[in-house]
Amino acid sequence: MSKKQEQVSVFIMGKKFMVPAASTIMSALEYSGFQLKRGVGCREGFCGACATVYRLKDDFKIRTGLACQTVVQEGMLIAQIPFVPAVKPVYDISKLEPTITIFKQLYPETFRCLGCNTCSKACPQDIRVMDYINAVERGDLAKAAELSYDCIRCGMCALRCPAEIGQFNVAILAQRLYGSCLAPKSKEMIERVEQIRKGQFNEEMAAIKATDKAALKKMYYERDIEPGESV
Amino acid sequence: MYPSYMHESLKLVEQTRPARLKIAREKGRSKIFPSMTAEEREDVLHKFHPDYKKDAKHAVRIGPNAGEEITTEVADILESWPRINPDTFEPMLKKPDMETDVLVVGGGSAGASAALLAEQTGARVLLVTKLRLGDSNSVMAQGGIQAAVNPQDSPVRHYLDVMGGGHFDNKPELVEALAMDAPLVVEWLTELGVMFDRLPDGKLKTRHGGGTSRTRMLSCKDYTGSGILRVLRDEIECRNERIRVMDFTPAVELLMDAEGRVAGAIVQNFETDEYFIVRAKAVVMATGGLGRLHTQGFPTTNHYGATCDGVVLGYRAGAKMLYMDSVQYHPTGAVYPEQILGFLVTEKVRGLGGQPVNKEGNLFVFPLEPRDVEASAFIRECLERNNGIATPSGQQGIWLDSPIIEELEKPGTIERELPAMVRQFKRFGIDITKEPMLVYPTLHFQNGGLDVNAQCETNIPGLYAAGEVQGGTHGRNRLMGNSQLEITVFGRRAGKFAAEYALALKKELPLNLDHVRAFSKEVQKLGIDRSRVSPILLPDYIPSHIKEKQMTSHYLGTVRG
Ligand SMILES: Cc1cc2nc3c(=O)[nH]c(=O)nc-3n(C[C@H](O)[C@H](O)[C@H](O)COP(=O)(O)OP(=O)(O)OC[C@H]3O[C@@H](n4cnc5c(N)ncnc54)[C@H](O)[C@@H]3O)c2cc1C
Ligand code: SF4
Ligand code: SF4
Ligand code: FES
Repeated sequence: MSKKQEQVSVFIMGKKFMVPAASTIMSALEYSGFQLKRGVGCREGFCGACATVYRLKDDFKIRTGLACQTVVQEGMLIAQIPFVPAVKPVYDISKLEPTITIFKQLYPETFRCLGCNTCSKACPQDIRVMDYINAVERGDLAKAAELSYDCIRCGMCALRCPAEIGQFNVAILAQRLYGSCLAPKSKEMIERVEQIRKGQFNEEMAAIKATDKAALKKMYYERDIEPGESV
Repeated sequence: MYPSYMHESLKLVEQTRPARLKIAREKGRSKIFPSMTAEEREDVLHKFHPDYKKDAKHAVRIGPNAGEEITTEVADILESWPRINPDTFEPMLKKPDMETDVLVVGGGSAGASAALLAEQTGARVLLVTKLRLGDSNSVMAQGGIQAAVNPQDSPVRHYLDVMGGGHFDNKPELVEALAMDAPLVVEWLTELGVMFDRLPDGKLKTRHGGGTSRTRMLSCKDYTGSGILRVLRDEIECRNERIRVMDFTPAVELLMDAEGRVAGAIVQNFETDEYFIVRAKAVVMATGGLGRLHTQGFPTTNHYGATCDGVVLGYRAGAKMLYMDSVQYHPTGAVYPEQILGFLVTEKVRGLGGQPVNKEGNLFVFPLEPRDVEASAFIRECLERNNGIATPSGQQGIWLDSPIIEELEKPGTIERELPAMVRQFKRFGIDITKEPMLVYPTLHFQNGGLDVNAQCETNIPGLYAAGEVQGGTHGRNRLMGNSQLEITVFGRRAGKFAAEYALALKKELPLNLDHVRAFSKEVQKLGIDRSRVSPILLPDYIPSHIKEKQMTSHYLGTVRG
């Protein structure tokens, strides 16, 4: 263990704190004495709870990032954005047609996109946000779903968007429509579900459940393993 | 950007790669290293698994499992004072602030599935969760979810694999439900709009995971948990007429009625510190795991709210626990760079052909042994055989050779299959398509939990449990992909059965906190210091030099009272 850690100064909502140079913004907050409740979730870049805006020393740019994934720098000015208000209409997914029309009804502002690309620049996941919004505008939901898939709903794009679009909600609708209606169906899965509903495995399952531990162990260690990958 | 002293060892990994590649190609990936016999597994577990260490377990002294050895850190929070004083709350119980048929505690995929099925069954639902709906372990799962959907596979084979992985200690009725419901859950999720990875003809992509005898690991790239939970959350938001969600509102104690049934909970508004009395005909506990207890000082993969609250609350109300002597250490947690210490490196890396190698670049274990065995083998390689690589901060690790995947499959595979992993390491200057990762076991999963049957009923009427908080499905060792499955299978079951129970319930009796009072007496008898309080709700990462100066706020665990 290194004895004396190198420290840097950061400004948390304007107030100065000295923190270890290797800290993430999140650990810097905790090191400074903040007991976090909002603005923290998975701590590994998966939940989008920790959206943060910051400026670097002598730099005019407002930058965006995830507090749990961004290392502090000397002179950094930090503020967390724990909540992003966004439009969220209610719908019954099973009743929607997977077409552009539904987006025109539920998210008409999507079609006001100015093509400024600010959203993509703000995205900590490096998603081509503008491109998926444009895909929705063209009615290409498969593309929109694919391009937006790594979205963790941090909300930074929506906050920066001059057209006031709530991109992440648009994205989830595109994904759900793709997943439920447009994606090709798996014949194998449908057949397996039918077999289970018909009770095809019930007898065999009852038998293996009744097998004693020693016999089960033997079955297990002797079972054949499917080679390689099916994909 | 690995420090220069590691370069020599990195070179060795590159040098041995062609030979390792050749074996994988010629003999097949399942033959690159002999897998252990039953005896060898036993041996490495007993000598190196953290659960077997002295002091890892203590006999819990009070409650329904009194006398049983359980994980020490869990025993400590069970033998703790409640956060609330029953006497101050008693008068409030006559006038509940909210009433509902089913109260769901927890906003991961188990809780979300339970809420949806309870609503579908006809119940009014209130879902309370500690952080935001979706901030959970569920959202973090990368690797996949198991389901026997292929023709060459079957639920019965799935059953056998799960039992073997759990060393045959699993509860058979739970494993049966798990394996038989799996394809049904996949169908349900697909109808809701989850985008599972597919081939062009629609066939679901399947891979192997540790301990599978057939390829049955489904995935949504490496955002499987997020891909599922974002859809469940959206669906809940679309049913907001009948499912009410309260974020930042943890449950701090269960409520009971005169007949000994669970009949609601006390919840705390995390931001205003108001407490509310929620009367519910049934409660579904879906609070997830315990990673933030940092057992034996291990770093963890778990989300911020994984503090074992559900077990504490249920136990105080008289619910029995099963296998709380066992936690899962995932073999591959990141150890370098320091900022991502403990972060999960998904098992899918090994599923795709990635190989664990020591400082000499040599394979020392079959890459897909059951997790506890694999983790123990890593610890042995570092501690006994001295073949680990030390990090600048004094941790040990072994290499996980990811670049080999690009050659085994095709170039671009890592980017396509593991985008989250690539991004994670790239943020800290490491390109995992070209360089291996440095890994060591990390605290990952609560194997045990509240003892339930296949209807998710605990031994206390009105109390259901589903997800990581339940015990028994995995015995003492879970296989990858069976937890994402467990939370949806049993979340759905808990929601359905809790709703049916709630809707059939005739009379509602006055609420009480007698169980908390009785438990406190026991705690007092043990002479436990008043400062030891549970559920702990949030971990405490404020350094001591700051804490010493926080003079006027007194602490209840980590949260100011
Ligand atoms: C990094 C990571 C990767 C994983 N990868 C995989 C994988 O690939 N495949 C697989 O099968 N499994 C995987 N797992 C395991 C699996 O994801 C979890 O076991 C599972 O998601 C648990 O789901 P859950 O709903 O039971 O709990 P969680 O998802 O953790 O949800 C629990 C919820 O309860 C809330 N809560 C806690 N206490 C309280 C309280 N007192 N009051 C109110 N709310 C409370 C929490 O805030 C949270 O919202 C992984 C786990 C992690 C951490
Ligand atoms: S698309 Fe928007 S909400 Fe999603 S991760 Fe990027 S910035 Fe965040
Ligand atoms: S920020 Fe808004 S307006 Fe600009 S490109 Fe993105 S979606 Fe369009
Ligand atoms: S805490 Fe989840 S993304 Fe940072």
